[in-house]
Amino acid sequence: MNRFDYVRPATVAEAVAAAAQPGSAYLAAGTNLLDLMKGGVMRPARLVDLARVPGLDVIEALPDGGVRIGARVRNSDLAYDPGFARRFPAVAEALLSGASAQLRNAATVGGNLLQRTRCAYFYDPASACNKREPGAGCDARDGENRLHAVLGWSEQCIATHPSDFCVPLVALGAVVEIEGKAGRREVPLEEFHCLPGSTPERESVLAPGELIVAVRLPGEAASFAGHARYVKLRERTSYAFAVVSAAAGLRLVDGAIAEARLALGGVAAKPWRVPEAEAVLRGVRPGAEAFRRAAEAALSEAQPSGDNAFKIELARRILVRALTLAAAGTPERLPALPASPHAPHPGVSLHG
Amino acid sequence: MSLSITLTVNAVPRTIALDDPRVTLLDLLRERLDLTGTKKGCDRGQCGACTVLVDGRRVNSCLALAASLDGAEVLTIEGLAEGEVPHPVQAAFIEHDAFQCGFCTPGQIMSAVGLIREAQAGDDPERVREAMSGNLCRCGAYKGITEAVLEAQRRMVANAEEKAA
Repeated sequence: MNRFDYVRPATVAEAVAAAAQPGSAYLAAGTNLLDLMKGGVMRPARLVDLARVPGLDVIEALPDGGVRIGARVRNSDLAYDPGFARRFPAVAEALLSGASAQLRNAATVGGNLLQRTRCAYFYDPASACNKREPGAGCDARDGENRLHAVLGWSEQCIATHPSDFCVPLVALGAVVEIEGKAGRREVPLEEFHCLPGSTPERESVLAPGELIVAVRLPGEAASFAGHARYVKLRERTSYAFAVVSAAAGLRLVDGAIAEARLALGGVAAKPWRVPEAEAVLRGVRPGAEAFRRAAEAALSEAQPSGDNAFKIELARRILVRALTLAAAGTPERLPALPASPHAPHPGVSLHG
Repeated sequence: MSLSITLTVNAVPRTIALDDPRVTLLDLLRERLDLTGTKKGCDRGQCGACTVLVDGRRVNSCLALAASLDGAEVLTIEGLAEGEVPHPVQAAFIEHDAFQCGFCTPGQIMSAVGLIREAQAGDDPERVREAMSGNLCRCGAYKGITEAVLEAQRRMVANAEEKAA
């Protein structure tokens, strides 16, 4: 790990001022940052520790029925908050399908949004990576790339964003509150992460020194609570990143879908909301045929970036699975294996 | 730079001068406080051997900067037994043969103590396995570990009920 200057500001304003120095990075729990620093992937000159900044660890119910989640709220505190889990069950399920219990006890909301890709070439300073070192090239293009992106990738970068949490959040219209030198601004989560294009080193719309202070879900996002699921296919049952994942929320009126919310994870450099698939489902009765049409629409632009053509059909099937489970109704209690396609689903026929 | 922090480690308040902010909680425990029960496995948050409780919650001590935890309460494997009497989780690990080489065991036990405090798994072995997935055991003692966690939890609940009665 490189040497760094360590500062511990007492307010958001002090933190933003401290991080104005080039080469600064914010430290929340550090579960991703310290790992990257140990590997020499990130070498910040200054760590601005948010541990003492008040107000960032609060989960606050909003008058419109929505919720404001402080950037330093721990994953497990949010997932096990009874009010939150009841209103936004797919978000709780996604959180509990991520990482391990130890990591969820430490890792934060803001850190989750800003976690870096798990592309092995990004993690290996001996490999060429345009994200780590602009212009260096991309060893993933001709390397081990079966888990890489199938949507929104470029010749410069085929990495994916590894978050589970962000997938239902983007489906439900979450908004990111950002504090910077020029004051506070808000960005919809859907517009927060950047696609790689020719600048894969730029991963979000945050300007240098800007700080995520909270993530908000609007009240209407709770209207999907009765039919909301997250499904995540992993290469082992627990404690693994998604091969592909999907969040589905349905608002059913008189047996028909009044509104659908759908997003995919593990397929692109950002959580991938699919409005074209949501549109397919509007006004129709839930069922295998409609769900398959929605999945076809969701992946219509998908292209393999390497040995990963299988992920396109897999994503379609995981989306159909998430829709099937969502239509059956959110369970009273999360399954023992949250988001697992292998969890038993009493009363749901998954194979037609 | 020099930075002074205070930590309560196994119920003992300590003031520690850090000459370098890079020190993780794991390295602080092992190298500066001679508490070597907490193990360094991968040092990257993947194996769980370094699990300790910070303010009552299980975390990977290899991925926490000591400086950032100023003021926290830390419980390690050395602080678990009451004198010569092992903690119920320690006793259950012995009874259920929940280890072979023992390297991952302090992390497994601290993780199990955290799991029981979280009170989310109940008596469902599948939920216990899921909640213990952050602790790897290369000897493959998982069957015994799951049984030990369930048994310790039963005993701790029974003890608490006895005390309350």
